[in-house]
Amino acid sequence: MRRSSVKSFLSAQAFQLAGAALAASAFFSSPATADEIVDSAGRVVTVPSHVERVFAAGPPASVLIYVLAPDRLTGWPRALRPEERDYVAAPYRDLPELGRLTGRGDTVNLEVMLSAKPDLIVDFGSVRDTYVSLADRVQAQTNIPYLLVDGRFDATPQALRLVGGALGVGDRAEALAAYVEDTFRELDTTLAAVPESERPRVYLARGPDGLETGLKGSINTEIIERAGGINVAVDPARQGITRVSLEQVLAWNPDTIVTWDPIFYEAVWSDPSWASVEAVRRGRVYLSPTAPFGWIDRPPSLNRVMGLKWLSRVFFPDRFPDDLADQTRAFYKRVYHVDLDEDALNRLLAWSRGRKP
Amino acid sequence: MALAAACIGPYPLGPGEALRLVFERVAGTLPADDPAATVLFNVRLPRIGAALMAGGALAAAGATYQGLFRNPLVSPDILGVSAGASCGAVLGIFLSLSVVAIQGLAFAGGILTVALVYLVASGVRGREPVLVLVLAGVVMGALAGAVVSLLKILADPYDQLPAITFWLLGSLSGIKTVDVVSSLPAVVIGLVPLVLLRWRMNVLSLGDDEARSLGVDAARLRLVFVAAATLMTAAVVAISGVVGWVGLVMPHVARMLVGPNYDRMLPVAILLGGGYLLAVDTLARTLAATEVPIGILTAFVGAPFFLWLLARGRKGWA
Repeated sequence: MRRSSVKSFLSAQAFQLAGAALAASAFFSSPATADEIVDSAGRVVTVPSHVERVFAAGPPASVLIYVLAPDRLTGWPRALRPEERDYVAAPYRDLPELGRLTGRGDTVNLEVMLSAKPDLIVDFGSVRDTYVSLADRVQAQTNIPYLLVDGRFDATPQALRLVGGALGVGDRAEALAAYVEDTFRELDTTLAAVPESERPRVYLARGPDGLETGLKGSINTEIIERAGGINVAVDPARQGITRVSLEQVLAWNPDTIVTWDPIFYEAVWSDPSWASVEAVRRGRVYLSPTAPFGWIDRPPSLNRVMGLKWLSRVFFPDRFPDDLADQTRAFYKRVYHVDLDEDALNRLLAWSRGRKP
Repeated sequence: MALAAACIGPYPLGPGEALRLVFERVAGTLPADDPAATVLFNVRLPRIGAALMAGGALAAAGATYQGLFRNPLVSPDILGVSAGASCGAVLGIFLSLSVVAIQGLAFAGGILTVALVYLVASGVRGREPVLVLVLAGVVMGALAGAVVSLLKILADPYDQLPAITFWLLGSLSGIKTVDVVSSLPAVVIGLVPLVLLRWRMNVLSLGDDEARSLGVDAARLRLVFVAAATLMTAAVVAISGVVGWVGLVMPHVARMLVGPNYDRMLPVAILLGGGYLLAVDTLARTLAATEVPIGILTAFVGAPFFLWLLARGRKGWA
């Protein structure tokens, strides 16, 4: 999409030289070198040719920018917790906490954002009208170009290419997009041979008592279908996160439960009320690792590609014989820029294997 | 009614099947992991118990406060018990604590808030004591609400925020036997003095001066009533979340049926509250596969009803 030699030189200066880089980018980014980019909502955004500092509007965008070009990220929506730090490369794990751009353009948040002096704002997620109007308003108010990127799981490769182009890291974006497409393709090829009757019936348990779930079709659970499972929580009338009763879970009687709440995961094995659920009887309750980002959601971003590799192996262990540890190590290296040592890797994998009944 | 509720829900379980399960349970021949038995004994019966208990307790607390403050617009959360309990529960969710700890914090938050309100109010002298109590309650309730908002802002938007939202809407969907058993003592301890002293409520609702001329220590009696109503409300809100409108509307219905004399009105309000919440909770679990929070249903039913009561004029309130 554009020449990237100057940019890669600048990016090599790294994080500590942000001041010098800023001066350089101010010098280079005259209107003559700006590009027009069409974002996922169809908005035409004028992006400077040398984007050095990117503000992530929310957690999904922060993951996307970190994966593509960590040296451009101005900060995290929420500072990393101690247990997450091992899984994010230095020095980015120490980036400041800047908060997230909430829907009302409220002053404090905008000022924090402006104080980070971004060249570009990126939001990754819904591209519905509410978010379009928020993007337009913030862009008009701050004069900072604002890219809105479609966050649907299947659109991940396009999102990588769009933002990669805007940041001038097209090569890495293309490589990652191809990697995601390969992952999708490998999965679809294998799943095509799996009859409906062999697909697990999955319940996603959220919340400390496990009685919140995501209905089929919502962004929080699309990974279940993508990995070849059947989400038991179906309501033809609606989507999104909802609360159900244990009685409803028993009526659905899922054979697999996925959660990311360690409190629920610990409690479910000894709770007599859950004992007759088939997933618990068969020991098929799985705890999703959440460091540095959740494997299945939280936030719904690139992290779900790792979740897809995990879930497809949980659902169909015989059809995906390659080792999850190798997959995890490779993903963290390739996507998150970190080399995991054995200890860090084992901590991630410890609970994700389920438990023998 | 409770029997009917035990047979209604998304898991198919007819009256005959339910009876068979009860017999087998009594006879001790029930298999350990029969899902139908889990539904009946671990899900529906605790919910029915919790609905009856919570509805009765909220109605009793509402009736008490309405008499205490001589105001028909008062509900059990007038002194901030629900706001305080919300604050405690939200803190628990924010800290990713277990369900039991969340309930404990909610209970403690409710009690603590009202205790602070009472301390503040009794420290202020020379003013109408009831008015000071209400004002202190409004202030503390608003403060607790602000803390809840702050925690919502700080919470993880993908994980904790939905949990907080669901808790604040009230629901009996996660109720277990242990929840009912652990909150029952507090409800009973609160209910007993209210029922025993209910005739004195008539005296207190006349006003402090009249009460004194009849030989009743209004200040001390008020403390007993506030403590009892707070204890009950905090105990049920801790397990069910915030359920509005039951405590506000049910005393009015009781008053319409049997008149304003607390001797008869309070027991009737308790029965109505329990029955009403049981009906609403049965509705909540049968309307759709997903739970409709009972806090929403009680408002949808309670608010129009209350407007209708208002339109009828002051008849029924003395």
